[in-house]
Amino acid sequence: MSIEDLSQISQAERDARDAIGHQINVCVAASCLSLQSDKVKEELEKAVEAKGKKDCCKVRGVGCMGLCAAGPLVAVEKEKVLYQGVTPEDAPAIVDALGGEPVARIQGDLEAPFFARQQKIVLENCGRIDPERIEEYIAADGYLALIDTLTAMTPIGVVQQVTRSGLRGRGGAGYPTGLKWATVNKSQGTRKFVICNGDEGDPGAFMDRAVLESDPHRILEGMALAGYAVGASQGFVYVRAEYPLAIKRLKLAIKQAEKMGLLGASIGGTTFGFNVDIRLGAGAFVCGEETALISSVEGGRGTPRPRPPYPAESGLWGYPTLINNVETLANIPTILRNGPEWFARIGTAKSRGTKVFALAGAITNTGLIEVPMGMPLREIIFDIGGGVPDGKAFKAVQTGGPSGGCIPESGLDMPCDYESLAKLGSIMGSGGMIVMDETSSMVDVAKFFMEFCMDESCGKCVPCRVGTAQMHELLRQISAGEATARELALLEHLCDVVKSTSLCGLGQSAPNPVLSTLHYFRDEYESKIAAGEAAAAGHAPPAGGAA
Amino acid sequence: MSFLDMDERILEIAARVEVVYSPLVDLKEFPADVDVTIVEGGVSSEEDLHKIRMVRSRTKLLIALGDCAVTSNVPGMRNTFKVDDVMKRAYFENADLKQQVPSDVIPKLLPRTRPVHEVVPVDVFLPGCPPPADVIFGALVSLLDGTTPDLSGTRFGR
Amino acid sequence: MSGRPSAKPAAGAPSSKVKTLTIDDRLVSAREDESILDAARQNGIQIPTLCNLDGLTPVGACRLCMVEVKGSSRLFASCVTMVGEGMEVVTDSERLQKYRKTIVELLFSERNHVCAVCVSNGHCELQNLAQTLGVTHLTVPYLHPKLPVDASHERFVNDHNRCVLCQRCVRVCGEVEGAHTWDLRGRGIDTRVITDLNQPWGSSETCTGCGKCVHVCPTGALTEKGKSIREMAKQSRFLPYLTMMREDRSE
Repeated sequence: MSIEDLSQISQAERDARDAIGHQINVCVAASCLSLQSDKVKEELEKAVEAKGKKDCCKVRGVGCMGLCAAGPLVAVEKEKVLYQGVTPEDAPAIVDALGGEPVARIQGDLEAPFFARQQKIVLENCGRIDPERIEEYIAADGYLALIDTLTAMTPIGVVQQVTRSGLRGRGGAGYPTGLKWATVNKSQGTRKFVICNGDEGDPGAFMDRAVLESDPHRILEGMALAGYAVGASQGFVYVRAEYPLAIKRLKLAIKQAEKMGLLGASIGGTTFGFNVDIRLGAGAFVCGEETALISSVEGGRGTPRPRPPYPAESGLWGYPTLINNVETLANIPTILRNGPEWFARIGTAKSRGTKVFALAGAITNTGLIEVPMGMPLREIIFDIGGGVPDGKAFKAVQTGGPSGGCIPESGLDMPCDYESLAKLGSIMGSGGMIVMDETSSMVDVAKFFMEFCMDESCGKCVPCRVGTAQMHELLRQISAGEATARELALLEHLCDVVKSTSLCGLGQSAPNPVLSTLHYFRDEYESKIAAGEAAAAGHAPPAGGAA
Repeated sequence: MSFLDMDERILEIAARVEVVYSPLVDLKEFPADVDVTIVEGGVSSEEDLHKIRMVRSRTKLLIALGDCAVTSNVPGMRNTFKVDDVMKRAYFENADLKQQVPSDVIPKLLPRTRPVHEVVPVDVFLPGCPPPADVIFGALVSLLDGTTPDLSGTRFGR
Repeated sequence: MSGRPSAKPAAGAPSSKVKTLTIDDRLVSAREDESILDAARQNGIQIPTLCNLDGLTPVGACRLCMVEVKGSSRLFASCVTMVGEGMEVVTDSERLQKYRKTIVELLFSERNHVCAVCVSNGHCELQNLAQTLGVTHLTVPYLHPKLPVDASHERFVNDHNRCVLCQRCVRVCGEVEGAHTWDLRGRGIDTRVITDLNQPWGSSETCTGCGKCVHVCPTGALTEKGKSIREMAKQSRFLPYLTMMREDRSE
């Protein structure tokens, strides 16, 4: 496979598409599928057939278009018409309207801020290409960066490009990607590995799932480029088993790429070979932690081990291993295609590029968005997200999943980047954003996240294993109005102990939702405590506590 | 019993204190304004709870003595079972005659037996099963002398 | 458990470099492949530990041996942190004491440690820790889980009520005896040690009955049947000798 071969495939694909008068795209990613978008697609195909428009009209399945709240979504590509909330019964009307006035009843607004304010790099192909056809990815300039890089750049040159782009890890901590690549590149090892971390476990987060389901080849290309840069010939994609569609499409993509010589031995006629295998996670949140993930890939129990040694020096089976999150790797092909300077111009000085966020909770436009780093939270939630529905008031936004914190109204004008979120007592995390309205009790929110951490603790180290269970019980007591100031003081002490002494990031960050809600919404804790004190003063019998 | 293991030293203590209430003192009501109360045992029943709250309100310094008071220890072993199951085991399964749960004479059990300090604030802890007589003696003497008791000789379980 | 090789190099490997550092303001020297804990112990500085046992791969699970290293706000588990040149280690600050006390309290609260009826009463490492760290009572509430006792083995008993999940049994069985009868199941607060694939110990086909697990167990979780308190003192000192003899033979 050479550049010429790629452009031939690309040209043929474009010609075929140009020959078609109307292209109807139906979202077949998990969210729309759960609303029967497969039935919609079927009915559209039937309608096209029945109305004799088969020659000028093509229906195809595409990946996530982002506005999951309004699914199932259907787009008529060339006419730039979006339909939302489409039912199978709408199919004949949609086909009839082709070339004329769109069906106003179900028409969505593509000029709305939700679409207009986004900037897509990671999601550039999502909702535009059929994820089950490699030709469509190639027609969108896919694999161009890989072949070009393998023939024109040294591995260390690739590392330099990534370093210059300023890309930081999108899995949570924001570690400079170029630095990580350079470390693995320089580590000594007879073998090296690349792992793509697709163990997306944060409640309310579905960025990685969307990319894997909608544009799987992008991940494979990113991994192959990473493999070339660090000197690895084997990659593993670690996906949670709860993502069956992502796994199916990834498997198909690997097969297609191997068949075309874009994976496997001597890619593009060079000496570089790279294979990718899939490893399924059994749904343990802790396996998103890189050393636990490695243990799981090795076939062991998914528990973290102390670092150092870092995986970059001693990872999978003791060999130097590069672990990057799905979104990080999805940025790579575009960075190498457009150049690091192009990428570095997007975002803020310390947080370059864009970030994908999964909007969930009390927000009108639930779904997936990609915006330049540094956009104020208010713009994300109110302009793009459409604000809080049902006329309720905004209360807080939880960013970064169970390791993150709750940000109140007063923090909404901060730019959304790694440093600012940390200043607000939260983290960027993998990009989950859960909005809460005035009806949410922040003590209950903290309790929910603590229950999650308690259930997901691997049980290896004492503070995380027992501390989270104790904190959850204390939060239950506070929430139920059974606790006094003593319990609140104990909760704060345990937050300190668990944060400072836990073995891995899960335990170290488990107290964050409690600490941030205590910081911004202490009055809610105190009113619960006042109720508890009153009950204790009235000498109500003490509760036995939950078993 | 461990208290009595102080042997003749108990006279030294007795010379410096006035025992106002104990199972050996013929007084029905717990007096007011007590300086030090030594309490044994976990809080198992509603009566225990009522009593310890009353004791606490009339005591300046409360000492939890022994593992039952400090950890709920053996009485706490029932805590993994439901109260009904405990009663059934005691008054039906293990009773040959008159199988019935007594309702009037026995105070109602709390859902769980709890250490004293989970119910009321405790000032000094003397764990051990039983706590060593030397530690009890040393603690009492230092409290009488107005110094902080040295608890390093205490140990859960013995 | 992954079979990660021990941090110690095989005997006869080229001698590694020596580092000098200070531990609690005392100047000490140590091989670069030695942990802070090793270096401290060689110099008579005691750091509390529970999961650590000489002769087994350190896992850094109990977090009691955490120490402060000047220049870092993070704490380090001294059993798995290697010494470094010029490192300034503090092993016994007020902050560390506070954390260690709470960790021991958490362990007592997790299961049903009723010392009065335990055969390890008096020579229990958890009890020892409570005593040395000055834990006289628990500030956290007891969780009182309902846990089984496996007495199916003809010679040994596994009482989950007293297990602290230090994984010593798992490691000694896998690394030293080579039987790998013990492992863990479940996660978080529901983690349990299991024999084989969670079968009764007595029906285990891999257990050789060697009893090493019983003698490395720090509490009364694993004990020998029919032994009195006085008789059930654990003997774990066979381990370093055994590993040393094996290393020599592999030459």
